[in-house]
Amino acid sequence: MTSPTAADLSAPVIEIDHVVKRFGEFVAVDDVDFSIGQGEFFSMLGPSGCGKTTTLRMIAGFEQPTSGAVRLDGVDVSKVPPNKRDVNTVFQQYALFPHMNVFDNVAFGPQSKKVDKTTIKKRVTEMLEVVRLTEFASRRPAQLSGGQQQRVALARALVNLPKALLLDEPLGALDLKLRHAMQFELKRIQREVGITFVYVTHDQEEALTMSDRIAVMSDGRVEQIGTPAEIYDNPASVFVAGFIGQANLWPATVTEHTAGTARVSALGGASLCGSCGDSTLTVGSEVTLMVRPERIAISLAQPTSQTGSDQSVSATVSDLAFQGPIVRLALEAADGSPIIANVDPDADLPLLRPGDSVWASWTQSAACVLPSVPNQQPQSLED
Amino acid sequence: MTAAAAPSRFRRPRRENDGDDSGVSARRWFTPWLLIAPGGLWLLIFFVVPLFSLGRLSLQDGGLSNYSTVISDNSTVIIRTFVYATISTLAAIIIGYPLAYVIATKGGKYKNLFLALVILPFFVTYLVRTLSWKILLFDNGPVVGILQSIGILNDNQGILGSPFAVVAALTYNFLPFMVLPIYVSLEKLDRRLLDAAADLYSSPARAFRKITLRLSLPGLFAGTLLTFIPAAGDFVNSELLGSDRTVMIGQIIEKNFGKEFFRPELSALSFMLMAMILVGVIVYARLLGTEEIA
Repeated sequence: MTSPTAADLSAPVIEIDHVVKRFGEFVAVDDVDFSIGQGEFFSMLGPSGCGKTTTLRMIAGFEQPTSGAVRLDGVDVSKVPPNKRDVNTVFQQYALFPHMNVFDNVAFGPQSKKVDKTTIKKRVTEMLEVVRLTEFASRRPAQLSGGQQQRVALARALVNLPKALLLDEPLGALDLKLRHAMQFELKRIQREVGITFVYVTHDQEEALTMSDRIAVMSDGRVEQIGTPAEIYDNPASVFVAGFIGQANLWPATVTEHTAGTARVSALGGASLCGSCGDSTLTVGSEVTLMVRPERIAISLAQPTSQTGSDQSVSATVSDLAFQGPIVRLALEAADGSPIIANVDPDADLPLLRPGDSVWASWTQSAACVLPSVPNQQPQSLED
Repeated sequence: MTAAAAPSRFRRPRRENDGDDSGVSARRWFTPWLLIAPGGLWLLIFFVVPLFSLGRLSLQDGGLSNYSTVISDNSTVIIRTFVYATISTLAAIIIGYPLAYVIATKGGKYKNLFLALVILPFFVTYLVRTLSWKILLFDNGPVVGILQSIGILNDNQGILGSPFAVVAALTYNFLPFMVLPIYVSLEKLDRRLLDAAADLYSSPARAFRKITLRLSLPGLFAGTLLTFIPAAGDFVNSELLGSDRTVMIGQIIEKNFGKEFFRPELSALSFMLMAMILVGVIVYARLLGTEEIA
């Protein structure tokens, strides 16, 4: 992967400047503020109703911000109608024109812009090649499969070479297999045309796979912005940790706080360390300790500092499930808190049975201390 | 065409033990035909047979010359009929399309109320509705009075008996037939298509032309047929609101059929009216583009 870890934001294509959007009493977007760089694959990720689509519609021009500004290439376009904005959208259900064939659908944008006929023909033909639909040019949308319709929608938007392409859950209507294929297809096309993609999705796997950066949103606010790795390894909040991937989230109390790290008491009094980004925490604060299941190692003897796993707690096996590439272990800590650990099936372990006593351990860098108490329990083995 | 395709669609995929239940599969094959039989018989007895005898009657005595006779005898009336029907259809489009558009797109929760208001005149008999226009357009009535006072009509001019009265009443009587099909096609129009058009740099006017209008053509087509055909065959509006100057084909047929039922020329005139409407509809469908309608 050559994806840039940090986008060039010196001259952003899109700036969302402290944007608020209210529908009556309801605050759909609450003071959202970020910039998107040239050529970036930027995702807005969150559950339905988190404000991601509304934010996208404000970039497209279908909604106007209640306050704040949307800027394209530095120009405030908050009051500019969609047909005068140099961005194009791939709609959730594609919204292809049913009475036009594929060629005419793709040619619609350039025709509106009064591009001359020969140029339109050349550009549409090229774009149909990029999305591999050349032989379908004279078909109507109804005669195409879901994946093909999706590629028409993509070509129809990209043929205009917009400053940014806005995609509103474009893969939502496709089945799982096709969705995976289209994820790579989208990345390939984005590399080929070099246009900024702004991608809205509720599927965390999709966002992790494709994005250069992700904005995780909840209740109209941005919870965290970062690269997929940053967001996965160092979630800024309990919400982000729980929404992206699987996470053990344990209630904890701060016992010691220094720059960047915090020592907490959790899992029935164990003294554990974790990285901590929130400097407002003080001794005694109620917090959450997070460790990803795949970062937890299991051993029969208490690990020593030589093994590298400097954080450990004793636990009892309550359940285990073989899941192909991993074995999923459900443990119970001394205080009854559940611990989920994903272990390599080839790991050097004796056959474990429910009731066996083991040690669960991890490195300090794998643990995060997050402000506020967990609002959700880690998933159990049943789901 | 649907009837012919129907039997095969109703047949389920053949299973291995289908061999011995030929009675069942024969019944399956027969069922669709059974379902269309009552309607088909009705049409055959009360439409095809009379039509056939009417056609045969129109060729008696003079043969095809009956047709040239009725055309030359009634050329003014024929032209007038089609001009009236065309103008009232156009007027119904001009009034009906915006009405249907506003109800479908801006009606909100009052949609059904507005539709009910459009249909409301149907609760009154056609004849009474038309007669009430006579009261409205009466020489000493309110409409004439207002038009005279603002100088559109001279003091001794009226509306009753004029082509305007007939065309206006035709438009009024058939307007709901225009509004309803257009409303249906606009109502099911996917609003996201208009978002997409705007997103692709279309002005609202271009989006209307390229998307809304195109996708409502089936409704417009249906509305035009439902307005034009009865308007061309109408004999009530001109009879009640018109004069000698506004006689339409329908009136001539209606007047004379009662007295001289078996006159070949009258049959020829009826047949010709039907043929001309048919030709008009085909030309219109071609102009609009048949594939858009289908």
